[in-house]
Amino acid sequence: MTQFLVENKAVVVPGERLVEGMDVVAGPNTYRDGDAIYSERLGLAAIDGRTIKLIPLSGRYVPKTHDVIIGKVFNITMNGWQIETNSAYSAVLNLKEGGSDYIPRGDDLTKYYRVGDYLVCGVVNVTSQKLVDVTMKGQNLFKLRGGRIFSVSCNKVPRIIGKQGSMVSLLKEATGCKVIVGQNGLVWVSGDPAMELIVQKAISKIERESHLSGLTEKMSAYLEKETGKKVFQGETDGV
Amino acid sequence: MVYKTRLENRGFDQARPMEAKVGVIKRADGSAFFRFGHTWAYAAVYGPRNLYPKFLQDPSKGILRCNYNMMPFSSVGERVRPGGSRRSKEISMVTQKALLPVLDLDEFPNSVIDVFIELPETEAGSRCAGITAAAMALADAGLRMKDLVAAVSVGRVDDKIVVDLDYSEESYEGGPVADIPVAVMPNSGKITLLQMDGIISPEQLSKAIGMAKATCVKIAEVQRAALKEKYKASENNGQ
Amino acid sequence: MISLFEKGIRLDGRKLLEYRGPISIQRGFTKTAEGSAKVTLGETEVIVGVKMEVGAPYPDSPGDGTIMVGAELLPLSNPQFELGPPGIQAIELARIVDRGIRESKALDFKKLCIREGELVWIVSIDVCSLNDAGNLFDASSFGALAALQDTVLPKLDGDKVNYKDKTKNHLVLEALPISVTVCKIGNHLFVDPSTEEEEFIDARLTVASLENGDLCALQKGGETPLTAEEIQAMITIGIEQGKMLRKLLLEKR
Repeated sequence: MTQFLVENKAVVVPGERLVEGMDVVAGPNTYRDGDAIYSERLGLAAIDGRTIKLIPLSGRYVPKTHDVIIGKVFNITMNGWQIETNSAYSAVLNLKEGGSDYIPRGDDLTKYYRVGDYLVCGVVNVTSQKLVDVTMKGQNLFKLRGGRIFSVSCNKVPRIIGKQGSMVSLLKEATGCKVIVGQNGLVWVSGDPAMELIVQKAISKIERESHLSGLTEKMSAYLEKETGKKVFQGETDGV
Repeated sequence: MVYKTRLENRGFDQARPMEAKVGVIKRADGSAFFRFGHTWAYAAVYGPRNLYPKFLQDPSKGILRCNYNMMPFSSVGERVRPGGSRRSKEISMVTQKALLPVLDLDEFPNSVIDVFIELPETEAGSRCAGITAAAMALADAGLRMKDLVAAVSVGRVDDKIVVDLDYSEESYEGGPVADIPVAVMPNSGKITLLQMDGIISPEQLSKAIGMAKATCVKIAEVQRAALKEKYKASENNGQ
Repeated sequence: MISLFEKGIRLDGRKLLEYRGPISIQRGFTKTAEGSAKVTLGETEVIVGVKMEVGAPYPDSPGDGTIMVGAELLPLSNPQFELGPPGIQAIELARIVDRGIRESKALDFKKLCIREGELVWIVSIDVCSLNDAGNLFDASSFGALAALQDTVLPKLDGDKVNYKDKTKNHLVLEALPISVTVCKIGNHLFVDPSTEEEEFIDARLTVASLENGDLCALQKGGETPLTAEEIQAMITIGIEQGKMLRKLLLEKR
């Protein structure tokens, strides 16, 4: 007799017994030991039919191929730039990946990016030893100028972006700021200084309340109150 | 001789009042506080993060470093001189060994997870409070853990086997004493820390370890509740 | 950041001369100390503990007790702090806290004498950072005063301290030297820097002042020189902001 011991969306902690019985599949972040399935990290239980998995609520970013992240140049070498990725692993931006233009070897690389610059870059490769390559070739990859950068939990990035970018669109429309959310949990906001602050506060609110329902409606109301403007609201994500 | 009553009429199998809180140090990736009576520990986790010097790196997995430190004013008697003592170095080492069995650090080659344990006030049992706090902080940091770790000191005071010795019991002069810090993985009951100072018979030891396991199950409940409280509290802020 | 400062606001929305709130003081925080306090300045949290010890006085001042201030920038409080003996940052922090208390004569060293030339009280003040979100200087000095206010002398058994028995005698503070660190970025002066702001500080001046407006200690930091006019302006700010902090120390008992 299979029995779920936790409800869907419940907060569970490492080692918590989640399921008793053999006919449920232990999904990501859970493990089976004998008759039972246990939690392998702190997270939200997600039950889908006969599968249980956990959605992590915390933890630092680990680079993954195809992620678009915000990185910071911390060193320049003969072959390119070294980039901090807000994780345990730094990345290499090779000359060849430095941008759409050809950069000759031996060129003064500070002409392109200097130490301290923040870049929106794409992760192109991560080896098993976590050696990370990033690129600046591609649409929407560029050097950031002005604005402010702050960090959020990388686990909350999907909620901050929203379904098809709905949440970020809401923030942009309400405040007129440019907003970029890197998969690595760094966020860039640029616009009117007072509005930048509102965006930052709104994002930390999303971060705190990301596992609640009706988030889009709440954020619309919050932004209307803070900006004193009516916020256009398209389709809500309804979660 | 007979050991009759404990301070504050505590039962022989009863730990001092416990208190736990998660997320107490904002800058850390994970943090927690744990208290047995007048012994309290803060623990903060940073990482996975870069590890230098490079020769310390392990290319197959992340490493765990623990540091146990008593604040200079944390002891009833004289000021504790800052900087590691032989005692604190040994405790740091056994703490690391106590926590490592539940962690899976394969995802983080060449990196380090740092655990810092600080004690502002101590009255016996400080390594156990530190390990218990550290396990919560590791869970809060989102690390992959198959179980929590809970720790308590058990032992013998004269003719009695007792749980969670206080200072008066550690230094009891009316008969033989043994002090046995034990850390347990609560699900499996496996033991990850065992030390002993004093004189005890094998039969008494076996009984003491049984009591430690039972107490650690209770401690784990306190740990779980505190972890859930943090993520539930963030829900309530949103109302 | 500078473009924001031009408008008189900061990254977190504060005005230039505004401390973070809440500022809280929790005295008697750790019972193993003879006096202690945990103070918070926004998200910055510091624990200060006072241990009372006895020892021989210095030969050149046989009738005076002494104080010792230590500061530990605990690696638990900031990812950049490392284990090991105190670095120059921690030493400067301890010295600033020490100087404010010593030079203001907040503690009357004569009253710390037990037997002239033989035995005096040694007051050890230890600052431990719990969460460093900026401005440990002011939080530590503030916490040290709160912990001293909380300090009760233990009993003496002959020439030994009996830590288990406390007397009813509080340490008496003769003055409250309040430290305010005034920072400069570009042409702008501000107080209570956050971690982000601390990274960009050109110069800072820690101003310890007394109730009557006299100064009792100064410490300039940062790599940019200051003009005499700027120093004057910083001192005025320091004294003015200090009044608010002094009030908190006096009322929240």
